[in-house]
Amino acid sequence: MTMQKVTNVSPAPMTVATPLKDVNAVAAKVNEQFPGAASVDGGSLIVERAQSVPVARLLRDDPSLGVDYLEDITSVDWPDRFDVVYNMYNTTRQEGPLRMKVKADKADPVVPSLVPVHPGANLMEREVYDLMGVKFDGHPNLKRVLLWEGFNGHPLRKDWKEAYFEEEKKPYDQRWPDGKLVRAEDRVPYKDNIVLPPGFDPSKYTAPGEDNVTLVDADALKKGEIRSDTLVINMGPQHPSTHGVFRMRLRLEGERIVDLQPVCGYLHRNHEKIGERNAWLMNMPYTDRLDYVSSMANNFAYAIAVEKLLPTVKVPERAEYLRVIMAEFTRIANHFFALGQLLSDMGAFFTPMLYGIEEREWILDLFEMSSGARMMCNYLRFGGVAKDPPDEFWPLANKLVNDRLERAIDRFDELIAQNEIVLSRAQNVGVLSRADALAFGTVGPVLRASGVPYDVRRAEPYSIYDRFDFSIPVGTVGDVYDRYLVRIAEMRESLKILRQAIKDIPGGQQYNADPAMIYGGPKGWQLKVPKGEVYGRAENPKGSLGFYLVSDGGTNPYRYHIHAPSYVNIGALNVMCKGQTVADVVIITGSLDIVLGELDR
Amino acid sequence: MSQPIRFVGNDDEASLEEVSQNVLVAPFDRVLDSLDGIYNWGRKNSIWPVQFGLACCAIEMICMAASRFDIDRFGAGLFRATPRQADLMIVSGTVTKKMVPNIVRLYNQMPEPRYVLSMGACATGGGPFKEGYNVVSGIDRFIPVDVYVAGCPPTPQALLNGLVELQKLIDSQKIRENRWYQKDYRGEIPVPVLGPDLLDQRRFDELKKISAAQLAALKAAAAAPAGAAATPSAAAAAPAAGAPPAKAPKRTPEELAALKAANAARRQATMVDVRKPEDTESKS
Repeated sequence: MTMQKVTNVSPAPMTVATPLKDVNAVAAKVNEQFPGAASVDGGSLIVERAQSVPVARLLRDDPSLGVDYLEDITSVDWPDRFDVVYNMYNTTRQEGPLRMKVKADKADPVVPSLVPVHPGANLMEREVYDLMGVKFDGHPNLKRVLLWEGFNGHPLRKDWKEAYFEEEKKPYDQRWPDGKLVRAEDRVPYKDNIVLPPGFDPSKYTAPGEDNVTLVDADALKKGEIRSDTLVINMGPQHPSTHGVFRMRLRLEGERIVDLQPVCGYLHRNHEKIGERNAWLMNMPYTDRLDYVSSMANNFAYAIAVEKLLPTVKVPERAEYLRVIMAEFTRIANHFFALGQLLSDMGAFFTPMLYGIEEREWILDLFEMSSGARMMCNYLRFGGVAKDPPDEFWPLANKLVNDRLERAIDRFDELIAQNEIVLSRAQNVGVLSRADALAFGTVGPVLRASGVPYDVRRAEPYSIYDRFDFSIPVGTVGDVYDRYLVRIAEMRESLKILRQAIKDIPGGQQYNADPAMIYGGPKGWQLKVPKGEVYGRAENPKGSLGFYLVSDGGTNPYRYHIHAPSYVNIGALNVMCKGQTVADVVIITGSLDIVLGELDR
Repeated sequence: MSQPIRFVGNDDEASLEEVSQNVLVAPFDRVLDSLDGIYNWGRKNSIWPVQFGLACCAIEMICMAASRFDIDRFGAGLFRATPRQADLMIVSGTVTKKMVPNIVRLYNQMPEPRYVLSMGACATGGGPFKEGYNVVSGIDRFIPVDVYVAGCPPTPQALLNGLVELQKLIDSQKIRENRWYQKDYRGEIPVPVLGPDLLDQRRFDELKKISAAQLAALKAAAAAPAGAAATPSAAAAAPAAGAPPAKAPKRTPEELAALKAANAARRQATMVDVRKPEDTESKS
């Protein structure tokens, strides 16, 4: 049995050719090929609707452009149009996103689908269709994804109001009129959180049923010597192996997977709609509840995204170190939990989980000391962190970083990495090739296990990550085992960063640029963010968590969109699972390390 | 010591007396009552929760079952992967409309006696996501809840406390009075339907009535001349049709100042009320 090893790329080789930041040059290049197809507005590449697919292909294939990585698709509802926004990257160069925009009509919004160029667009376009109602011409399966077929309306449109609608923006003028509490239920006609079309008769209604999932036609299958019928089964949404309320629809031939479609939305908590009514800072605790296993890192991504729009805010040194320390501790805690669950999925019922959770609890102790909460830390602020950790923080942090965690990782690795059952179940299972990993826009350990040395901490350095010495672990095969190895190696790299950060952290108590931005004077919470749009992202334990934010210069985001790493990773689940057995699907899902709060938002 | 066994007829008064000394003769109700203690002791110390997590709270539920907190000490560590072998459902996390039919289906599949523990703010009342269009404001709108645990998410210790509360509840129950042994008890809850929005089958008549009234109001408003102001009924129907409600008129600075003063006074009054007598003494 050959031993797989992850290689450490240190630091990632980033070449600087024609900088992509120069959008005008990109537009000129596009216009050479397709005259009049592209223009530039506010730093974004505006592409004519009819030409968007060939332009995307040109961007991907032209070696001088090489925009091979479609990270995020979203849309903005403007008064006169819909903008479909694509944030793309070049995986070999250090530069910000190339933002491509395609405009769609207000009355009947249709744009061409980018699935032929970037297969990873499939799920993201379905989400835009579901929540915003923009149709994608040529999409293979344009169905609802987070809501259900038959849902009344497209909720992220500005004119769509939810049942408990009170006002456009928070904080509301009066929630306690004349000192009396009025419950949301009492304001709405059905006395419940539902909106029905006027005149709707529930007794005459029939639900559209299960046709929101299309699987390949049984007759179209190539049969082997023994003819067998295919069988469609559901796994989830209540299934011990799906890591929450996630559902997979499988078509099986015998025990083999012929096709698989993820069905999600069972934990769709309307994060974006709520986020657009909240003031900017009010969203911080909501980001905790995205990837609830690594809330500190979510805070980090949101903070740096908003800080890009606040150029005057300067984060103090100590706060930068604190942020990095918290984010790296989060990574270790998350990976312990994820690997414990992965092994649990392999059949080692709860023992590895116990080992993983034991270490995680120690890290949660640190979080509880500094923020007051174990899981929902709500610790970062724009321009710093909420509080300085207490004195007891440092002895425990030192002990964990220099002594305990290293040994725990070793023990975990020894226990598992050479285990014959683990090797035979994980090696060459759920292989995702390098090309597929890029095409499907996978992120984080899943992308790196497939051999792409792409880490946001290196590719688009944020905070003070450029000061630390660490490397990026990269896999060779791209199977479940590589994803496991990459996570183990990443924990070791995080420890390396932590040792440097804890040693170098400057003293003093200045942990925030401006305390008024946290606690505020009168109406201090109503931070005004200058007009503009930004795509900010951070390397979370699960992969790159991105925030696409549009500010109209007010106290609330005009558009608040989240690029969730778990969501794009399940886009590649289908190619990983085809040909595998049902038991393999369980560990392949486990190796993706999905968290449903983030996946469904 | 034992006496030889004698076979006697029913009219033998001496033997009847002997039987009544050794055998408890009581009405059936009292027999059942005396069973309660053993029955409840057995049930409360072997709770089998269904392995079922929804969101963030589920992670804390896992932590509660894991090394540091260890639910096994309370005899409830056997998480079952099927509701048919479980008697406790811990609703741990946000209940979304898309998930409600599945939760109700799981609940219906649980054998009686069954209990529901609502863990955290979301499961109890919608929590921070209450305003969301896909969020149910509390699982108790659909299934009966026995214990609520506060927190967002509750710590593992809080959840253990909830479990202890549930054990107390189980211990206090009587076989004769338990709802699932009553003749007219119908435990099954009609599974909600996903239509244009979530439809609760138990409320169909009510929903139908309100929807019809809204439609009538809209028709009346359309039939009215364009220049005329909206009728009161149309205004009432407006929120349902998706239009924002009329904003409250802006307060004048004087009104605002008066309101502020009133609020401050009320806050002050509450603080005095809440403070314990000894606190007031020590401060003064």
